[in-house]
Amino acid sequence: MKNIRIIPRLDIKGPNLVKGIHLEGLRVLGKPEDFARCYYENGADELFFQDTVASLYDRNSLQDIITKTAKEIFIPLTVGGGLRTIDDIRNVLRAGADKVAINTAAVKNPYFIREASLKFGSSTIVVAIEAIKGSDGRYLAFTDNGREYSGLEVVSWARKVEELGAGEIVITSVDKEGTGEGYDLDLIRLVSESVTVPVIAHGGASCPENIVQAIRYGKADAVAIASILHYSVMKSFVTYSCDYREEGNTTFLNAGKIPKMIKPSSLSDIRAVLIKENIPTRF
Amino acid sequence: MTNLSKKVLIIDYGLGNLFSVTQALINIGVNVKTTSNPDEIESADAIVLPGVGAFKDAMNNLKDLNLIDSIKKSIDSGKPFLGICLGLQLLFSESEEFGVTKGLDIVKGKVKRFSNNNQEGEIRKVPQIGWNQISKINGKSWDYTPLNDIKEGEFMYFVHSFYVEPEEPVGLSQTNYDGHSYVSSIQKGNIFACQFHPEKSGHKGLKVYKNWAEINNLKRN
Repeated sequence: MKNIRIIPRLDIKGPNLVKGIHLEGLRVLGKPEDFARCYYENGADELFFQDTVASLYDRNSLQDIITKTAKEIFIPLTVGGGLRTIDDIRNVLRAGADKVAINTAAVKNPYFIREASLKFGSSTIVVAIEAIKGSDGRYLAFTDNGREYSGLEVVSWARKVEELGAGEIVITSVDKEGTGEGYDLDLIRLVSESVTVPVIAHGGASCPENIVQAIRYGKADAVAIASILHYSVMKSFVTYSCDYREEGNTTFLNAGKIPKMIKPSSLSDIRAVLIKENIPTRF
Repeated sequence: MTNLSKKVLIIDYGLGNLFSVTQALINIGVNVKTTSNPDEIESADAIVLPGVGAFKDAMNNLKDLNLIDSIKKSIDSGKPFLGICLGLQLLFSESEEFGVTKGLDIVKGKVKRFSNNNQEGEIRKVPQIGWNQISKINGKSWDYTPLNDIKEGEFMYFVHSFYVEPEEPVGLSQTNYDGHSYVSSIQKGNIFACQFHPEKSGHKGLKVYKNWAEINNLKRN
């Protein structure tokens, strides 16, 4: 069997779990440790931590979060964001990560992928590709949360990173990310059918049905999900501790508002939909 | 309290992440330490050989660190041995990764790569990354093995491009990845080794470590 993986994606800023739109405009949702524990206990297949501002601040808080999480959570942890050198990768692996996701450093120097995969094993190296659809319909690869154009076209870049030793590719549609409009299915399918390594779809899901589409039509091997799950957890948390309200935009959280387009669903809600659709998954 | 000082050593040969294996063993109540020192390995009560990465690099590193003889001696002496992922594959005679590389040759058989085409002629994604089921081989019982009390068809976490093909009847579980069945754990005397990562397989994975430690009386009292 080939079972589809459901991967909660946790965007981290300082000590907080945040969520943005188009990878920008971050809102604070809560403490990543609480969400991580909740996802583990509810059957997440892996967790994906993305340091959203790694290049702007130091990353010690993320390493603390990873170490704390890895001591009590026994599923794979992937960490991405601002990893530029072999030492950076070694440090987050030592902190307890199992895999790392690289983007900017790979674009700047593609042989970094080869160096890293030879050093740590292909299966440890995930290459993240942030895609924006150009006016001519081609998908272009970006870096720095969709801010900088890399000069690369997505499909040829995906093939190149596979050839250089990436064990997995996570493809983010910057256009769809945080909008709740559903995944960019053409983009996901294009990438998934162009490579022989697993592809993780990310960006745009607002309901379990979007996930079904990403697998059925997009041929994704795994899906990374943020809003749907996070808002579901927030609904279930009764109390919040207050020490995270220093950073980011917390107004909406205090008001208890959940974006309209999002249909909060738990991991078991999502699994139930996948099972109903005959999509192989764990459990 | 006789086994208070039982010492489980995780072999560090520069490949793979030892953090999670260490945490899993601590979690189930075992005294654990990592080492690259051959003498220390010979003094251990039990050894764990983890590993992620390339077979050839692994064999080269084991050679450079003078670990091959100590590992073989420990296994010959009957010490409990746990191999995980590459730590399973290294036990075999040879791997076809980058030509042919000789392994530890403790289990007769080969290590082969998944083909990129499945039976339907579609792309088989390699590496296999994710959760997959383990099942019994010809109904052979899992009682008194580390898979004791694990239910048939339980999901475990896998990350690998290569699989083992034993030429002796050591298979304990099998797994099917996209139409390809292969041996996903083995038991041979004091050796238990698995392709999946119990330390990444949630509560059921921890149960495998717990069983292994209990069977071999390695837990702190």
